Amino acid sequence: MSVPLSREDPHYPGIADIYPSANRMQRAAADLLGIIPSADADRRKWLRHGAWPEGAFPLRKNVEAGARFAQGPDRYPFVPVEGEGVHEIPVGPVHAGTIEPGHFRFSIVGEKILRLEERLGYKHKGIEKRFEQMTLEEGAKLAGRVSGDSTVAYAWAYAMAVEGATGTEPPRRALALRGILLELERIANHLGDLGYLGNDVSLSFGFFQFWRLKEDLLRTHAQLFGHRYLMDAVVPGGVAKDLPPAAGEALAERLARIEREVATLKSIYDEHAGAQDRFIMTGQVTPELAERMGLTGFAARASGVARDLRVDYPIPPWQQLDPRAASHTRGDVAARVAVRFDEVFESMRLVQALVRQLPDGDIRAPLGAAAAGARGVGWVEGWRGEVLIALDVSGTGGIHRLHPHDPSWQNWPLLEHAVHGNIVPDFPLINKSFNLSYSGVDL
Amino acid sequence: MYQLLKQIAKTGIVTEPAPLPDAALRALEQRLGELILKHFGRALAIRHVDAGSCNGCELEIHAMNSPYYNLEGLGIKFVASPRHADMLLVTGPVSRNMETALRRTWEATPDPKLVVAIGDCGCTGGIFGESYASCGRVSNVIPVDVAVPGCPPTPVAILQGILTAITPGRK
Repeated sequence: MSVPLSREDPHYPGIADIYPSANRMQRAAADLLGIIPSADADRRKWLRHGAWPEGAFPLRKNVEAGARFAQGPDRYPFVPVEGEGVHEIPVGPVHAGTIEPGHFRFSIVGEKILRLEERLGYKHKGIEKRFEQMTLEEGAKLAGRVSGDSTVAYAWAYAMAVEGATGTEPPRRALALRGILLELERIANHLGDLGYLGNDVSLSFGFFQFWRLKEDLLRTHAQLFGHRYLMDAVVPGGVAKDLPPAAGEALAERLARIEREVATLKSIYDEHAGAQDRFIMTGQVTPELAERMGLTGFAARASGVARDLRVDYPIPPWQQLDPRAASHTRGDVAARVAVRFDEVFESMRLVQALVRQLPDGDIRAPLGAAAAGARGVGWVEGWRGEVLIALDVSGTGGIHRLHPHDPSWQNWPLLEHAVHGNIVPDFPLINKSFNLSYSGVDL
Repeated sequence: MYQLLKQIAKTGIVTEPAPLPDAALRALEQRLGELILKHFGRALAIRHVDAGSCNGCELEIHAMNSPYYNLEGLGIKFVASPRHADMLLVTGPVSRNMETALRRTWEATPDPKLVVAIGDCGCTGGIFGESYASCGRVSNVIPVDVAVPGCPPTPVAILQGILTAITPGRK
């Protein structure tokens, strides 16, 4: 869908009243491009802090890539909460743990959270403007660094967009290898988070066990694909590195060993009364709320929303594998833990099946020429949720416009709901159960 | 409980030896006296600051806490406040939206203090470079003692950078 805007007064009818998750995207578009939704929309700034002044729009083409603005004051109108015994806790942008920067404003009564307001945008480093200085080939590396923990999902979505815009057909072997890489990324992230979820309920045993297994997997990645997080493994046209039969066997064997240990750890988590007591009914997002607010990814699947791109749109390599979407309906931390365990096991099955049925042939096809004004879209079910890349090719065959879209745009607002009525000390646990990206939405 | 204890016993100790310091990682001459370094070598408190990374370097800082590296066994501990820290471990190109927060965190860290910049972006600005939204390398905002390249650097490389920062020696 395209909406023509007037150059002098670029207004458009906002959609946040229909799709609440559009609120922050509309505000970001207003900050970067100066296109403004209709009068009744939330007009507060989002990505603009003090780095550029009101009235300057860095993503407009008349702003040079090398432009600099004087650092200005940054005032943000948090919604005040008043009443007897209510007080505020401001947290961040520099947090207490090893975590990305963002600001959380809690309004609390006693220990209970009455309201949480998130303020993000601290990591805004001009990724979209940076893309516009790149060729289609160069952009792949940047796409893999929009959100480091989802590098495969982004690189694949980017490759899909470029392949669409250039009419390139990646070889079937490359698609199967991309499937393997994506599932390995999913396993690695879930293992790390399952460890932290143990740690956050004082089960440090879980942290050390899961991080040992994650480290084993990361070392396997480095050995087989040349990078611990699989960065730059997916490239437009295919993949950068092949998986010879012996390496495939080694991978399957390593995964089988990790799988057995995860099964043991799952039964320890399941039977640990202290951990379950903290997990169950903590940070709940009901299926109704998830549906209304547009929750996505594994968090949505833990709240009864049975959507998974691999299942709903089974393009190669998912076609013959019949992937199963994990599901749960309670939407609490325990449900997100259960879904993560299920997805680890299912991804292990998918990787092993893909290794066994790896098609013969090339791993990379040459890119076709991109026509000026060509468009491409890439859409991939990353470990956190669906990652989307929208690409406009420039007149010289480079990148005219590119928007990398992280599932965290949809999911961050749900965290504000999930913490209602919970106690402040459970916030880190609830937050980790979602583990949303800051870099992916700050751009 | 039996299953948990059995898993611990079966796992055993997986910790590997720590890397040696590497003077090539130094960005500044060692400014601290041997006496202070001797103390830091036994109990070093680190505050991590993500000043705008893609989150890749954070993954490796987390991985450094895995039992393979046993940081606390080396006397290294991550702390929750810069006021408790001897060292800042800074990742990312510094986004302009984090410039003030990084500077304030550095000011809140008591002297004598050390700064280790992590990753290609921390060292040079990396793929994001300098722009309307990015200040580029960490040393454009606060003084950096040791810079560890890599995208992201491995846990061993980060550990090596930390150990280099608390080792007497020349650039």
